[in-house]
Amino acid sequence: MASEKVIPTLQKNRILEYLSEGKRFDSRTPEQYRDLKVEMGVSKNAESSVKISLGKTQVLVGVKLGLATPYPDSPAEGTFMVSAEMHPMASPNYEMGRPGINAIELSRVTDRGIRESGLIDVKKLCIREGEKVWQVFVDIVALNDDGNMFDAASIGALIALGNAKLPKYNEAEDKIEFELTDTPLPLDKDVLSFSMTFHKIGDKIVADVGLEEEAISDFRLTIAMGDNGGEPRITAMQKGKAGVITDSDMETILNLASDTWKEKFPQIKKYAFG
Amino acid sequence: MAGDKGIYTKRDDGRKFDEIREMSAEVGIVDSADGSASFNTGHTKAIAVVRGPRTLHPQHMQNPRKGILRVSYGMMPFSVTDRIRPGPNRRSEEISKVTEWALNSVVDLSEYPNTVVDVFIQIPQADAGTRVAGINAAAIALAHAGIPMKEMVSAIGVGKIDKTLVVDLDKYEDSDFHDAEGSTDIPVAITSRTKNISLLQLDGKISVPEFKECVKNAKVACEEILKVQMQALKNIDGGNN
Amino acid sequence: MKNTRQIVIPGEEIVSGNEFLPGEGAYRDGEAVVAERFGIANISEKHVRVVPVSGAYYPRRGNTIIGTIVDITFNGWLIDFGGAQNAFLPVSEVPRYINRNELRDFLDFGETVIVKVWDVKSRGTDASMKMRGFGKIEGGLILNVGPNKVPRIIGKEGSMVKMIKGATGCSITVGQNGKVWIKGTIEGELATKKIIEFIVENATIAGLTEKVEKFITGLGMKIEEVEAIAEDTDVEEENTEGDKE
Repeated sequence: MASEKVIPTLQKNRILEYLSEGKRFDSRTPEQYRDLKVEMGVSKNAESSVKISLGKTQVLVGVKLGLATPYPDSPAEGTFMVSAEMHPMASPNYEMGRPGINAIELSRVTDRGIRESGLIDVKKLCIREGEKVWQVFVDIVALNDDGNMFDAASIGALIALGNAKLPKYNEAEDKIEFELTDTPLPLDKDVLSFSMTFHKIGDKIVADVGLEEEAISDFRLTIAMGDNGGEPRITAMQKGKAGVITDSDMETILNLASDTWKEKFPQIKKYAFG
Repeated sequence: MAGDKGIYTKRDDGRKFDEIREMSAEVGIVDSADGSASFNTGHTKAIAVVRGPRTLHPQHMQNPRKGILRVSYGMMPFSVTDRIRPGPNRRSEEISKVTEWALNSVVDLSEYPNTVVDVFIQIPQADAGTRVAGINAAAIALAHAGIPMKEMVSAIGVGKIDKTLVVDLDKYEDSDFHDAEGSTDIPVAITSRTKNISLLQLDGKISVPEFKECVKNAKVACEEILKVQMQALKNIDGGNN
Repeated sequence: MKNTRQIVIPGEEIVSGNEFLPGEGAYRDGEAVVAERFGIANISEKHVRVVPVSGAYYPRRGNTIIGTIVDITFNGWLIDFGGAQNAFLPVSEVPRYINRNELRDFLDFGETVIVKVWDVKSRGTDASMKMRGFGKIEGGLILNVGPNKVPRIIGKEGSMVKMIKGATGCSITVGQNGKVWIKGTIEGELATKKIIEFIVENATIAGLTEKVEKFITGLGMKIEEVEAIAEDTDVEEENTEGDKE
């Protein structure tokens, strides 16, 4: 369908009326996520790749490994980079050309959630100190945006990383031979953390928004949480949009995030590490 | 077909020299699009999404006589073993343009002045022949989007490995075979009704008679491809668009 | 001659013979009449046309469409209805006199209207709301189903829409641009939405009416006659490809 950035006032009002009754257009409750679907093996040329669907929102995530010279300030550590492409293929609202601010924010938030949790043991990605380290690329490609790209991307990145295997390193010729070994990426499985995004719509906090809900929200808050002895621990946060968070909003979101984490963590951990 | 032998007497995957890798196609893979399709040949996968006709911005680029077809081709960073940096590059820009010409040969946008029809082609997994797989997917997606087209377009890579004429080159044949006379790669697109050539590129060394034989082979192969495209479109019953 | 209702792809010969006339979505090539777009070939009285089954909405004169005000000019409103270009509703095509300084009071940004397509030109589409049943709408929700499933949702002589109304008690207006306005109780609207989504997913299945009836009963609802609310702003059916189930 052609571009539609304007959400009709009628539609907005009705979304708010539904929420005040604890309902949504697709019959979900405000805190309910859409079904998560995970399909591995998008590209056999990747160290790992996955297609994630949250309802009709679809993203592809691939992990590639390369060789690099380490940064001078961390000569014994591998490097890690997340990139996101929000190509106009995925939405009538995306623009052509260089990555826009949305793609940049998406990749940076996904990056922080993974980096700050310490999931990747970068020290074990060192091949020769000061000379040669592994470089881990996580590439996110939006396929269809029906809202909440943040959570789809975050979950996809974790599952792709969890399933990645190192390729063969030919030391004599100092190059990668693309033949996957049995060695997984050095990951600290205990610190796995994933993002959950909540939006404030009217006076309600709503999880896993669809496109129309996303368009009319006042703010969003993305929270990444990891495992701390069975209890959730915050590892990264990002507030988006111009609305402000009240104390009671924060209380609601933290409770919802903790509950969602408890419900989803085992499932996501299983997808990532089997 | 091999002429006087040469050293390339057998394909790694056991295919006959004029045999296309296993093909599959699916319609309606991206819900928010006006038309979409995937086309796979062996390990090569292509996705095409069509959006439009929609208003073209900026306004000075609009054509008051007819709509404009705009094609953007790209490979996903993880589609090949050596990661590709995201975003356009010289190769993808060129392929976008020749693909646009190949499709424009059959598309008729005279009913939609001042608008643009965007075709986005993305390659999630590559094993040679990505531009032709992209064209095959794009033709299905354009039809799915209801865009007026005089006919369909089907495309295939044909060529010569040493002295042997082949159809549907894989990555080894396309890029890694350098012995004897080497490899000649000829991506060709054929229009489905008039059987004309709407895309042609060539890279290698080949005699005039051999080249003519290759074009014949391409036309035969494109008949097979058209069947797959047609089947995918005729199967959309119950699909979402 | 081939079956009179078959799916054809661009470039495919539909029928051969000089007595056949190519209509919309078809062209002549020698003896043959050939499809110019993907869709269902329809041959009636030697007249051959291709009815699209997918793709974007193209407005036609006389269509009823539902859209949103996205801009206000000095002499009218621009309506986004999901087409290639916005439709223009001139101040002269609304049912009462509007002072040019008061356009926003009559129709404001983001408000939703049901209008008739008055004219389709290369520069855009002109709309009117002068006739009965057209105007601003309030309340309820808009469901976007795409233009190609509209005939199935309406059903033969409006039978499908009537059946859904009977089950859910909602008023339902189907725009030919694939937007459906549903208004009722929350429960009724949610049920209506589910039923319409079921129709969209099963649009090409034979015996759809029966399947929808079953689906409605499965939701725990009864189908009642609805002459009482037949006065609603029903979609005009003159331009709707009749449902030939």
